Amino acid sequence: MEPILTGRNLVKRYGKVTALDNCDFDLYPGEILAVIGDNGAGKSTLIKAVSGAVIPDEGEITLEGRKIRFTNPIEARQAGIETVYQTLAMSPALSIADNIFMGRELRKPGIMGSVFRQLDRAAMEKFARAKLNELGLMTIQNINQAVETLSGGQRQGVAVARAAAFGSKVVILDEPTAALGVKESRRVLELIRDVRSRGIPIILISHNMPHVFEVADRIHIHRLGKRLCVINPKDYTMSDAVAFMTGAKLPEGVTEAA
Amino acid sequence: MATDAKAATSYEEGLKGASEKVAEFREDRSPLKRVQHWLHQTPSAVPMIVLIVAIIIFGFLSENFFKAGTLSTILQQIAIVGILGCAQTLVVLTAGIDLSVGAIAVFSSVLMGQATFRYGIPAELSIVIGLILGTAMGAVNGLLIAKMKLPPFIATLGTWQILLASNFIFSANETIRSSDIEEKARALQFWGGSIQPGGVKILYAVFLMIVLVAIMSYVLRSTAWGRHVYATGDDPQAAELAGVPTKNVLIQVYALAGFFCAIAGWVMIGRFGSVSPTASTGQLGNIQSITAVVIGGISLFGGRGSIVGMFFGALIVGVFEMGLRLVGTDPQWTFFLIGVLIIFAVAVDQWIRKVAG
Ligand SMILES: Nc1ncnc2c1ncn2[C@@H]1O[C@H](COP(=O)(O)OP(=O)(O)OP(=O)(O)O)[C@@H](O)[C@H]1O
Ligand SMILES: [Mg+2]
Repeated sequence: MEPILTGRNLVKRYGKVTALDNCDFDLYPGEILAVIGDNGAGKSTLIKAVSGAVIPDEGEITLEGRKIRFTNPIEARQAGIETVYQTLAMSPALSIADNIFMGRELRKPGIMGSVFRQLDRAAMEKFARAKLNELGLMTIQNINQAVETLSGGQRQGVAVARAAAFGSKVVILDEPTAALGVKESRRVLELIRDVRSRGIPIILISHNMPHVFEVADRIHIHRLGKRLCVINPKDYTMSDAVAFMTGAKLPEGVTEAA
Repeated sequence: MATDAKAATSYEEGLKGASEKVAEFREDRSPLKRVQHWLHQTPSAVPMIVLIVAIIIFGFLSENFFKAGTLSTILQQIAIVGILGCAQTLVVLTAGIDLSVGAIAVFSSVLMGQATFRYGIPAELSIVIGLILGTAMGAVNGLLIAKMKLPPFIATLGTWQILLASNFIFSANETIRSSDIEEKARALQFWGGSIQPGGVKILYAVFLMIVLVAIMSYVLRSTAWGRHVYATGDDPQAAELAGVPTKNVLIQVYALAGFFCAIAGWVMIGRFGSVSPTASTGQLGNIQSITAVVIGGISLFGGRGSIVGMFFGALIVGVFEMGLRLVGTDPQWTFFLIGVLIIFAVAVDQWIRKVAG
């Protein structure tokens, strides 16, 4: 099977810091790929490079076999790649519905929409509410509430709902459960499986090993700006994975490159 | 169908239970907290209350205040500031500031006048040229800020001086007399015309200001572009990641601001009759428009406030000026009180923004 999304020799430097060091990356259709690694290993930079938020200095990215070069997140989104960034990317003073539809607003049908560009608030609110209910975020009552008045976990829930609702080819989640409660994390994991059952592959960055081992089909272990190895969670234990990503142990067949 | 209906009702039931919980939750809040929350959602409420209180007080202090003529004079006097305020509102919502609004207005009015009188271009066409050039001046601000990443304060401090100087050089400090314009280029003075229902004179310029505020209020609230302006001012990185082309939004905002300034320049010709490169708007327009925006409850940190608030802010200034004049105090009290109001408005903004924190 051909990978749907690949990265080859990706390099990204921030001044003297090398965040990505000739990094390779593969995502296969219909899979949940977990990406794990230490803080600062370059996981967020990697997914930003494939989602258009960061332009890699070198290297090549392909989507469905075609070479792509996104210069901003809008292009990646239009190509069907939807991302929950670690920072969530929400406008605090705007409402939940505004945020969910940011950059892809619905306009009223007919002349009010086409000529007067009027937003279809009712339709957007209905959709937003349905998506939040799917996620079990029932504690959010008012879809017109400003995002800054939500708790951290609720905000994360809204961001996940947004990505899951609109992703058509790839959904990327950068630590989607970091701020979530037990019940809410469970819903996000269910949602991740839901998205996969729709045939959409997912990249899940997480420091939560039980979550990773529960849902991932493959685990990409990231270390010092590159892919150290990819493991099958059925073949390894969590402590193996942690040992690999921290450098305590090397996986078979891998020599720590100079 | 039946399941649909059932799903819908059970969904509604869920909501019902939930909203009761919210009501309970709110009871714990002090009245002050509730006011804070309400203001958070209705940012133009503070200036509206101040405006109403000011009108009532001046109504008591001076029997002439409530005359229709007084009120129409106030509107007339804030017409230009109100239009410049539309420009400033857009910019401040993106967390920027535009110090060049007055300079663009004056320069545009001079360009309109000189195009007609020096180059013999028909007045209507001169107006179009002035509007286009004003928009271009704004777009230059936008490019400096969005592409070259200059801080808005610095970029527009520079263009303010450059445009004002260009205005003096280009016009050779020459004023075009009102009588000449009246004779040869009536279109330039269009906004100085008026209707007089029941003997009360209302300038076209006043209607223009109100229409512009209404249009922009709609655009900012009910279109995607308006939401993008707010998002850009609120948190530009987040907006960019969420799919807002923030650079384009910034350039469009400054260009549109330039367009409004050019309109204000055209209105100036109507209001003053003549075209004067030394009109005080060139120096004071920025401060006056920023004052209206700040008193109107628009946050200088961007992303918060409404253009209707700016309109109330401009009205408050107009009411204070007129009211204190009618009461017969030293005119310095106007500036004194406006200064107090500015500080009050910013303090209220800080307090309102704490709602989240
Ligand atoms: N905008 C930036 N400017 C400068 N350096 C950056 C920037 N973003 C990331 N870096 C650097 O790149 C490296 C990789 O950062 P990245 O955010 O990709 O790590 P991460 O694996 O996602 O870590 P975490 O688990 O903490 O989220 C770090 O050393 C970081 O300091
Ligand atoms: Mg990260």
